[in-house]
Amino acid sequence: MSTTTTTLPPSPPGFMSRSLVLAGVAILILGLAMAAGPRYGALLAIGMGFGLALEGFRFGFTGPWRRMILHRDASGLLAQLICIAIVAMFAFPMIANNGAEIKGAHAPIGLAMIGGAFVFGASMQIVMGCGSGTLVNAGSGNAVAALALPFFAIGSFGGAYHLTWWTSLGSLPVVALGGTSGLAITLAGLAAIALVAIWLGAKDSWRIPRRYWLALAALAALAILHLAVAGQPWGVVYGLGLWVAKGAVALGADLSGSPFWSAPGNAERVVSSVLTDVTSLTDFGLIFGAALVAWWRAGLGSPIGVYPARAWVAVIIAGLFLGYSSRLAFGCNIGAFFSGIGTGSAHGWVWFVAAFAGSWVGIKLRPLLGLEARS
Amino acid sequence: MTRGHVVFITLLGMAVFLGLDFANSEPLNPYGAPPLMSLGSGLAATGAHCAAPPPSK
Repeated sequence: MSTTTTTLPPSPPGFMSRSLVLAGVAILILGLAMAAGPRYGALLAIGMGFGLALEGFRFGFTGPWRRMILHRDASGLLAQLICIAIVAMFAFPMIANNGAEIKGAHAPIGLAMIGGAFVFGASMQIVMGCGSGTLVNAGSGNAVAALALPFFAIGSFGGAYHLTWWTSLGSLPVVALGGTSGLAITLAGLAAIALVAIWLGAKDSWRIPRRYWLALAALAALAILHLAVAGQPWGVVYGLGLWVAKGAVALGADLSGSPFWSAPGNAERVVSSVLTDVTSLTDFGLIFGAALVAWWRAGLGSPIGVYPARAWVAVIIAGLFLGYSSRLAFGCNIGAFFSGIGTGSAHGWVWFVAAFAGSWVGIKLRPLLGLEARS
Repeated sequence: MTRGHVVFITLLGMAVFLGLDFANSEPLNPYGAPPLMSLGSGLAATGAHCAAPPPSK
């Protein structure tokens, strides 16, 4: 006689557990609003919304680029472009009519910026997570992302520390499109990329799945709300570098040697509470929102992936590169690609081309580093 | 090790960082905080963003 053991799938949390957790989330947001100010509570809630949308609808930036390059699946990239177009249609008039209150993600194009975007594109494919993706994946229990995250933060601090030197190598003035003509150029550019993606894509891969439509609608709405609340577009990597800067100062480091960290606005943020920093709050929200979705789905019981030692070393190095390069590139896929293009910055377009080229390299490197089965 | 352990470690790290930051940073002051919405406030946006050009040397 033989006995058979079966493993039951983990049961999702019950009504009472879910209700208690949702009540706790509401108390957390309201508590922050009361303790720090209503804007900060709202930003934490918006960040959670980003995390819920990205993890809940299994949407992101790295995966769709990978599927476009490897499988000619254009659907995810098209969803990203539509999302950016919706944001632009709201952001351009908001910036034009409220110049001081609302600012765009406008940055200069330069040698280090282009190189940084290329390296970021390669690194994000190695880790399989970009700026937002690494936070969301860490929040949902992905060990690769959780290991990469602290090194991403260290790299972001280092990149910001040296940013002035890198930009001195060669940089153009900031070019930002604005007004109706700028919006028309932006929408035409997004449409042109979409047409190229459809042309290069596999048959029928232009059909966008329902969950992508839901994700892009949620992300666009949250990004526009973020712009209205914070007065600036959604970003990720500044907050990560700030966390390390705060830790360094707490341990006695002197940041006066860095033009970036000793600049008045940044020096003030280093001594202020992290609960008053825009990108830190949305970053915390991304992690927490993704964790909430993973718990809600009862998806936390599965074992983590098994990789050789060299893969974990590669993740650490790629994490450092992610952070450092994203500072030189004036943003990650969110700050530069999504928010840069969405608010009219020319650097967002250059970032996209360079990072997409880097992604191709990263996809080739990933199996060599032991992060997936070699074909 | 499961994904749940990874989430626990990540959230614990966040909580420890927030606790240390709370102890070492300037105290929060909700009465000096900006209004809920920047849009329509009449105040210039002052938050930091990764796309902001660097300060000159």
